[in-house]
Amino acid sequence: MATGAASGELDSAALRSEFPILSETIRGKPLSYLDNAATTQKPEAVLRAMDGYYRTCNANIHRGVHLLSERATDQYERARSRVRSFINAAGDHEIVFVRGTTEAINLVAATFGRVRLKPGDEVLVSHMEHHSNIVPWQMVCGLTGAKLRVIPIDDAGQLVMEEFDRLLNERTRIVSVVHVSNALGTVNPVGQIIAKAHAVGARVLLDGAQAVAHMPVDVEALNCDFYAFSGHKLYGPTGIGVLYGKAELLDAMPPYQGGGDMISSVTFEGTTYNTLPAKFEAGTPHIEGAIGLGAAIEYVQRLGLDRIERAEARLLAYATDALQSVPGVRLIGTAARKAGILSFVMDGVHPHDIGTIVDQEGVAIRTGHHCCQPVMARYGVPATARASLALYNDRSDIDALVRALHRVREVLL
Amino acid sequence: MSDLRELYQEVILDHHKHPRNFGPMEDADRVATGHNPLCGDLLRVFLKLRGDVIESARFEGSGCAISRASASMMTDAVKGKTVEEAEKLFAAFHDMVTGEPGAEPDPALGKLAVFSGVCEFPARVKCASLAWRTLDAALHGANQKVSTE
Repeated sequence: MATGAASGELDSAALRSEFPILSETIRGKPLSYLDNAATTQKPEAVLRAMDGYYRTCNANIHRGVHLLSERATDQYERARSRVRSFINAAGDHEIVFVRGTTEAINLVAATFGRVRLKPGDEVLVSHMEHHSNIVPWQMVCGLTGAKLRVIPIDDAGQLVMEEFDRLLNERTRIVSVVHVSNALGTVNPVGQIIAKAHAVGARVLLDGAQAVAHMPVDVEALNCDFYAFSGHKLYGPTGIGVLYGKAELLDAMPPYQGGGDMISSVTFEGTTYNTLPAKFEAGTPHIEGAIGLGAAIEYVQRLGLDRIERAEARLLAYATDALQSVPGVRLIGTAARKAGILSFVMDGVHPHDIGTIVDQEGVAIRTGHHCCQPVMARYGVPATARASLALYNDRSDIDALVRALHRVREVLL
Repeated sequence: MSDLRELYQEVILDHHKHPRNFGPMEDADRVATGHNPLCGDLLRVFLKLRGDVIESARFEGSGCAISRASASMMTDAVKGKTVEEAEKLFAAFHDMVTGEPGAEPDPALGKLAVFSGVCEFPARVKCASLAWRTLDAALHGANQKVSTE
C-alpha cells in the first residue's frame, strides 16, 4: 500500500509504480502527466479487474442461468454496491450506470426535465459550466418553453452568490451546477446552493466529474437530488459513469432509452417498465466498465479520499506559486477554494504553442476552451493552458512543467 | 524524431512576431472568417481582386504562432497570383502539411516550404491550414465563415 507508514500520507513515488503508463517515455523524456481533468491514468488493479473479467467471468448479465452469467451478474452488481457506498447513497437502486457525466445529465434533462418543465419555468446553471451541463438544458428548455438562466461568476472564478439569491424564485424548477469546475478549479459552495434551491422548491443536480476523485462526496449529507460523475476521471475506464438520483425522483421519471432489461413485460398492446435501477439501463451495459469502476473505487478508498485531498492541496499550493513565478504567466481561476486544476495564460504566447512546446519536454497539459466556451468568453481569452493534478503527481511534475514554460519563452519570445 | 526547430523555424517565428499584411482592408472585394474551434484561432481574410488576379490580401484575428505565421506568409504568397494559381498553392500546401515527413515539398510553394515540418505535429495541421481554408472560402463565396471541424 503506497502510503508512507510514518505520516500516513501518500507516497507518490510508490503510487507511480502502480500505474504502468507512467513509466512511458515521451520523446525521450520522462512523462509528466498533468492532464488529469481530461482523463486519469489507471492502476494495475483496475487493469487486472477488467482483463480478469474477460478471462474468467465474461457472460451477459441478469438473465442467464449458467455459472458464468451468475459470476458476471454478481461482479456487476457488486460494482454498483461499491458505488453506492462510495457516495453514501441510500440504496443500490439509486445508482444508475450510464456512459459518463454527459449521458447522466442528458438523462435527467430528457426525462425529469421534459416532464417537470412547463412554459415560463426556469432552469438555473452557472457561467462556469461545461458544455455537458449547458446544452442538454438548452435542448429541453427549447422543447418545453422553459427559460435557462445563468448565475454569474466574479473575476476570481467564484459564483456571485448574491446574484444566485436574486435569480432563485418560485419558477425555478432545476438548479444544475458543477461541483468542481474543470476550467477554473473552483469548488462551489454546493451545500448552500442545495439548501437555498430546496427552499424555493427547486431540485438540484450536481456535476461531480471533477470532484469524486479528489475529495470525499456524500450525497446523503449534501442532500442533492441528482449527482453525476464519470469513471474515467476516477482512475477507471472510459465509457462508464454514474447517475445518482433520489429514489422517489427516479421512480417518477419516464424511461430514457427503451429496450431489453428496462422492461417488465412487452406485448404489442402495451409494455410495462422495470423497477429501479433497471428502468434506466436498457440493453447490455458496459459490464467490464462497471467492474473497472468498482476496482477504481476500491483503489481510492484504500488510499483514502481525505489523504488524496490533502496531498493534492499541498501540490496545488506548490504549483500555484511555481507557475506564478514564471514571467508573463497569469492564472485564470483564483477562487479561495480550489481543487487541483490550474488554468493559465502567458503574455504573448498562445496556449496551443505552450502545449506543443511543453509536450516536447514530456509534459502533458491541455490547451483550448476545455468545453467551457462561455468561461473563456467571460475572461476574454480564446483558450487557456491547463495543468490538472491527480494522486500520482508530485513536485517533479510541476518542476518539469515550469522548466518547459521557460523553454516556451526561449522559443517564442 | 520530430524536433521543435522543425516547427518553430526562424522564418515562422518572424512572421508570427511581425506579421505581414496584418490589419483590416477598407475596400475588400471578399471577406471570409475562419475558426479553429480546437484551440480558438480566429482569422479574417480580406481580398482585393482585379479581374481574376488577387491584387492584395490582408488578415486580422488572434491565434497561435503557427496560424499567424501561416496567414502572414499566405497573404504574401497569393499577392499577384490568379485565383487558379492560388487554388493550386492551397492544394500543394495542404498536401505538404498532411504528407509524409521527409517528402520533397512542391517547388511552386517556394518559401511556404518552411511549414513542411508541420506534418510531424498532427495536432497543428489545422493551425497551419486555417488561413488557406479561409482564403478558399473568400475566393468561392462572399462573407463566408469556415471552421476546421
